Amino acid sequence: MVISMAMYNDKVMEHFMHPHNAGDLENPDAVGNHGSPVCGDMMQIAIKVKDNVITDAKFKTFGCGSAIASSSVATDMIIGKTLDEALSYTNQTFIDELGGLPGPKVHCSVLAESAVKNAIWDYAQKHGLELEGLKGYDPTKEFEHEEEEECEV
Amino acid sequence: MRQVYLDYSATTPVKKEVMEEMLPYFSEKFGNPSSLYGIGLNAKSDLNQARARVAKLIGAEEREIYFTSCGTEADNWAVIGTARAKKAKGNHIITSKIEHHALLHSCEFLEKEGFEVTYLDVDSKGLISLVDLENAITDKTILISIMFANNEIGTIQPIKEIGEIAKKHGIWFHTDAVQALYNVPIHVKELGIDMMSMSAHKIYGPKGVGALYIKKGVVIPSFMNGGAQENKRRAGTENMPGIIGLGKAAELAEANMGDHIKHVSELRDYFAEQILSKIPEVEINGSMEHRLPGNINFIFNYIEGESLLLLMDAKGIFASTGSACSSASLTPSHVLKALKLPYEKIHSSIRFTTGDDTSREDIDYAVEEIVKIVEKLRAISPIYKQSTKG
Repeated sequence: MVISMAMYNDKVMEHFMHPHNAGDLENPDAVGNHGSPVCGDMMQIAIKVKDNVITDAKFKTFGCGSAIASSSVATDMIIGKTLDEALSYTNQTFIDELGGLPGPKVHCSVLAESAVKNAIWDYAQKHGLELEGLKGYDPTKEFEHEEEEECEV
Repeated sequence: MRQVYLDYSATTPVKKEVMEEMLPYFSEKFGNPSSLYGIGLNAKSDLNQARARVAKLIGAEEREIYFTSCGTEADNWAVIGTARAKKAKGNHIITSKIEHHALLHSCEFLEKEGFEVTYLDVDSKGLISLVDLENAITDKTILISIMFANNEIGTIQPIKEIGEIAKKHGIWFHTDAVQALYNVPIHVKELGIDMMSMSAHKIYGPKGVGALYIKKGVVIPSFMNGGAQENKRRAGTENMPGIIGLGKAAELAEANMGDHIKHVSELRDYFAEQILSKIPEVEINGSMEHRLPGNINFIFNYIEGESLLLLMDAKGIFASTGSACSSASLTPSHVLKALKLPYEKIHSSIRFTTGDDTSREDIDYAVEEIVKIVEKLRAISPIYKQSTKG
């Protein structure tokens, strides 16, 4: 193997090289975006929902290795889960699932948390659902997270 | 798996002839050039032969070459040394926004001491304006430091014209020629250069050794306190194997420059033509006219540089990116920012540099793999869809 980017562990590299659930989802029930290409990363997560359970999810990501790997595990983890369960996942859930991310790349997992949340928010809006995990949540506001660094423009 | 190194601007492998010439200086020729007996005197003589070879490569006199530990030291010494030497005359330095950090951070260091620095803008192709330069000069200006050629986008600045302006105003002119050496014919006297930084490992010599050309009559204080080495200008026992390596690399560079420039530019042009014809929506950063012969810097729109680098790495193809995600500091390239390139394009920029060991087959392999990688990443890019359908 020539993979010399020792900054990522094997699991992160595996999810990056062969991401799960990448691409377009046909007729999604809801879509969540987070980030901006200006900041160097943007993630889009589309979901299908039946009886408040996420039955399918796909992502599209413009970003670095850890952003793509985070998208891959995040979509893996939310499929088959109830909306409430999916909302309980934080970026740390995804980092743990990946076996850790290098410090400067924690930001990418936050992106995944937000994209999932925004997709569920979109679904809740469309269906008039009130979900505990979305109380007071406004996706139009800048997502606040202690570990997220500001995009320097 | 094939390995295709396309990052010769980052560093180059030491040439076989260079290494062979270096090796004895680790063992049998271990003498200290300051010693006054056989092996010391021989070392001194070999040291000066290396100096003469470097001097010849750039059209300087032997005594105008001072060996340093690297290009960064040479930049630090030239800028901070000038500030110390010319303090009585003024406190103003002119440089550009696209300099190497060795230069920029030396200027920032001086700013904290009260020096004033003008950082000239560059145009969208990466060139400074001579009018801006002349307008920036004040009666307090003590140094103009503009890099010969840029490490990221390969832009070659109008060095001769800058030298003329500096001379007209009686200001010292320093240039960081770390990237230009061996890629552009350089004659320091004809170009009006007062100080010039060089590095061995960019010209197929070893790491850990560089040089500063200091024109006769230009006097800057020593950067290191200690012995009388380097004509009392740079203390510290000489890195003999390294210096011998730099000398040999300089000699080979002088002999092979024409072939080298032809080889790396032909492959670079072939590479660019292949990439542009096989991948849609690719752009080039920097001037094609005033450019280092082996450098190309592409914008692969809609994909992020680090993920492209990682996938190329997995295929044995090595290059570098200006994207923030790949840098330890998470800040995007200051050079690409200076071009006023939109941020999303900075994150999509990749630099490749061809070198003496690059072959046409290497380029064919790289192009074939890069086409597939770009396709794969664009297929999962949320902005590719928006751009093409929206």
